[in-house]
Order: sequence, then structure tokens, then C-alpha cells
Amino acid sequence: MRADLEIIQDWIPAGSRVLDLGCGTGELLASLRDHKQVSGYGLEIDPDNIAQCVAKGVNVIEQDLDKGLGNFASNSFDVVVMTQALQAVEYPDRILDEMLRVGRQCIITFPNFGHWRCRWYLATKGRMPVSDFMPYTWYNTPNIHFCTFEDFEALCSERRAQVLDRLAVDHLHRHGWASKLWPNLLGEIGIYRVNSPGLTDHKVAV
Amino acid sequence: MSTVFPEDSVGLVTPQLAQFDEPLALACGRSLASYELIYETYGTLNSSASNAVLICHALSGHHHAAGFHSPNDRKPGWWDSCIGPGKPIDTNRFFVVSLNNLGGCNGSTGPSSINPATGKPYGADFPVLTVEDWVHSQARLADRLGIGQWAAVIGGSLGGMQALQWTITYPDRVRHCLDIASAPKLSAQNIAFNEVARQAILTDPEFHGGSFQDQGVIPKRGLMLARMVGHITYLSDDSMGEKFGRELKSDKLNYDFHSVEFQVESYLRYQGEEFSGRFDANTYLLMTKALDYFDPAAAHGGDLAATLAHVKADYCVMSFTTDWRFSPARSREIVDALIAARKNVCYLDIDSPYGHDAFLIPTPRYITGFTNYMNRIVC
Repeated sequence: MRADLEIIQDWIPAGSRVLDLGCGTGELLASLRDHKQVSGYGLEIDPDNIAQCVAKGVNVIEQDLDKGLGNFASNSFDVVVMTQALQAVEYPDRILDEMLRVGRQCIITFPNFGHWRCRWYLATKGRMPVSDFMPYTWYNTPNIHFCTFEDFEALCSERRAQVLDRLAVDHLHRHGWASKLWPNLLGEIGIYRVNSPGLTDHKVAV
Repeated sequence: MSTVFPEDSVGLVTPQLAQFDEPLALACGRSLASYELIYETYGTLNSSASNAVLICHALSGHHHAAGFHSPNDRKPGWWDSCIGPGKPIDTNRFFVVSLNNLGGCNGSTGPSSINPATGKPYGADFPVLTVEDWVHSQARLADRLGIGQWAAVIGGSLGGMQALQWTITYPDRVRHCLDIASAPKLSAQNIAFNEVARQAILTDPEFHGGSFQDQGVIPKRGLMLARMVGHITYLSDDSMGEKFGRELKSDKLNYDFHSVEFQVESYLRYQGEEFSGRFDANTYLLMTKALDYFDPAAAHGGDLAATLAHVKADYCVMSFTTDWRFSPARSREIVDALIAARKNVCYLDIDSPYGHDAFLIPTPRYITGFTNYMNRIVC
């Protein structure tokens, strides 16, 4: 399993109801179902990914995140997950609001544009960073809303969402003391657990 | 000379008749003392009878869903693209049952059958049936065949309504429901189209209040018009544009009203003509009424999620992007209610140019999704 999904899996309580936004091939939901009695749904728009979800027996719903989560009731899920999609949606702030409304907790992962390699690339070449990890050119990329850890945390605090956990990892999803000390500089991917406003941490036991 | 059927065909099939003598109580308050259902089966029922699949047909469908009735048949059954060895509904795994609904005109008891009480065709006296009535009659056929629980009930359009109703009426008798290009109820626009079709038939002088058989005639013009207007709603603007555009039959305009000038006119007339020769007008009226009346959520004040609270099946809902008769938004109503009721559901909105008819056309994404869902069904 993808390393970030393995980390997320540990953060999700057994038996909870999970909504996975941009669920890909359904890997996380299938594994949570098989190992932690988790039920729920995945939203996806890529036809090949959807077909693989169907084959795995994952509840996949063809739905575009940019059209919101209006069909999901407030507080109807224990955890709403979105991995590596925040930077690709049209309105990251609105989707965060929606996640906080629908779920009691949210787990969000995204690439950190404040990572030293991005900064170095931009500083020395004066051009938008392109790497194996983020291989797109600026004019042809699904990633239209890059942000840094600092940016994301500022948005959370603006929305009065509480950051419960933050894990800064490299592109192989390893984490160590250095990325803990300087996450916005040394973390390539951020894995965040965020609480909904007005809900306290103890309601979901991890 | 022996005819070789394609390898992925169920081959030669023979319809069978089941006679039921126990009265069937109907939603309208009347009952049918006895009736016959014509059906076909494909594949083999396993020893635990756990691999049975029911196919529910749409408005003008019938029991002949797959295979051929004779080596000379030019065309196979209406859903042959999806039923057969190695096809989405794989007859190597599943035992498939396909029937002509009660009230139909392809061999099951319907308005054109002889009423044993009078010795004459039922005609307009045949009771108006609902989707739920059909489901009850299908349950009796299941009993007859020794099928306690369907592995899946599958249908498109009006067939999808029956599949959905099955899971509500008999929650313990369906494990999976495939609801394709369907809706939880008709919209005002849908009902309006049906009403135009009905008026075309009802106002045909040859209709004779439904007793046209007694007069030895058929309301051909009415049926033809009904089919023509229906047919327009089954296609998309794009597919009609692609197929016919503004193409003319000859290279000049005639400046009159009686000539068939545009190719699309010719096509519609042919479809209407062909249909009026094979379909019963009273059955057409009955089918459109069953569509109009279908509204399972009405029993719960319009709350579909509450209606589905007790269902046990898993669902696969599929819609097609250019379907405007039963648009994707209508399928999403079903999906949203299932989510609110915390049921297992997959939803695919398949990009297809073919409008409502897309559920009959084997486009790659549709076939893959359909196959993947069927493959996960444990028999």
C-alpha cells in the first residue's frame, strides 16, 4: 500500500465511517474495510480508478469534488479523508469547509510547496519547480493550488479548525527529527488531522 | 447447412410458459384469477440456487433478452450485448431468468389475451398494473423456479424501477440490484411525454375504446405516433445529429407536406411503422401508466432514504451523460438516498453519446464497470 495511506490507516479508528475524497483505486477503503471494519464511500472521477474500485467491492461514487459535498449530511461521517487532492481542486478553502461540515475529523495530505527543494529550484532557476515527484509544467498541471504547510495552517486557523496532528514526511513518506523540527522546510508531504469547529477531540478515540 | 452462433452467445433458446392459478391481488384493488408468464433462461442454476439473476425489461421489452430463437434469426435478444458467456452477465457463472411482464404482448397474459371469464380478449378491461404488481408476479415465478433469493436483479429504465422495487418489497430476496438509466419516479416532463403517447393511441379512431381486437383492427396511426415521440426521447440531440443531421432523402426540397424529405423523418416513420405492427396498443398504455405511477417514496412522504432504510441489497447505479429522458441527476437521487440510508452503493456516470438508449449499447466503459460489478457478486 502507498506509504501515506499506511500512515493514515493508523489514524482511523476501527469501525468508523469514512468518506474518502478522490479515493483513487479504492486501496485505502478496501484495506480499512478488511482490517478495521470501516464502512463508507469513496468519491472519484477517473473512469479507470472507478472501475478498479468497483472490482474491489469499494463503494465508489462518481462525483466531482469541485461541485461540493451538498449530497452528504452534516456530521454524517467519523472521518473525511482527502489525499493528494487539495492542490488539484478548484476551491481548496470551500472543500475544507465541506469536509469539516460532513466529518467529525478530517485527514488531509498535500505536497508542501515550501519544501527546501522547491525554494532552491525557484531561487536558483527562477522557474516553477519541476521534479520527479511533481513532474508537471506550470501550464499543464492538475495541481492548480499549491500551498505550503504555513499557508494551510493559516487557512485552518482562519476557519477555526484545530490541527490535531501533523506529520511532515519526504516523498518516500519517511519522517525523522529534522522534518519534525523544520517541517515547512524539510517536509515534502504534509499529513494533517484536523478537527471540526465546536467538536472536541475525545469524541473520536484513536 | 448448420448455423454457427457466435462463441459469446447463449445460442439457441426456447421460451417457456408458467401458468399461475392462484389469484394475484393488484394495487388497483382488482385481482387476476389466473395468468401465464412467458420466460427464457440462460446458464445453469447451481445446486444451492444462489446464482440466479433476474432481468427486468423496459417499456417495449420482452422475455427474449439473449440468444436466438432459430438459426435464421437475423438479430439476437434485446440485451445480447450484456448477457452470454464472458459478457457482463456471464452465463458461465449465472443462471439468468428473463420474462415478459404481466400485461405485456409477447406471450405473457395481457390485454390482448383471452379473458377466460368472457371468452374474448381483455382489451381495455385488463387491469392497470403497477411496478409492485410486476414484482409480486415475478416473485411467484422465482418460487416456481426454486429461487429463494436472487444473486442480482438487473434492469434499465422501467426495468431499473422493478429492480429497485424488488429490494424494497422483498429485501431478503435480493443480494444485488443493478439499476441502470433509471429514476426513483418520473418527472412532470416524463409524464407529459407519456401522456402525448397515450393521447395519440386513445384518439385514434381505430382504438375503439380499447376493444379494437373485437373490431378486427389495430390503432396503427396512434401506436406509430406514440413510438415516434417516445423514440425521440430515447436518443440524444448529438446522436440524432450524427446519424441524420439535416440530410435529405432526395437532393431537392418538395415544398409540400406529404413527402418524406429529411432522413430523420424517414427513420422515425420506419420505427413507428415497425413498432405498430408488433406491439399492442393497450399494453403500451398500461406500460406508460406503470411508469407514471412508480413512486416508492410516496409511502414515506416522499422520503426515499426512509423508504430504503430496511433494504439489504448492495446497489450498482449507472447513468449516461447524454440521457435526458432519465438524466444522471435522477440516478443521483437514488444514490443520495442510498448514501443517506447507509447502504452499499457504486455509482457510475458513463460518458456516452447515445442518450437513454445507451444502456443497450456496449460502450467499453459501461461494459467494464458492469463486468467488474458482476464479477464481485459471490454465488
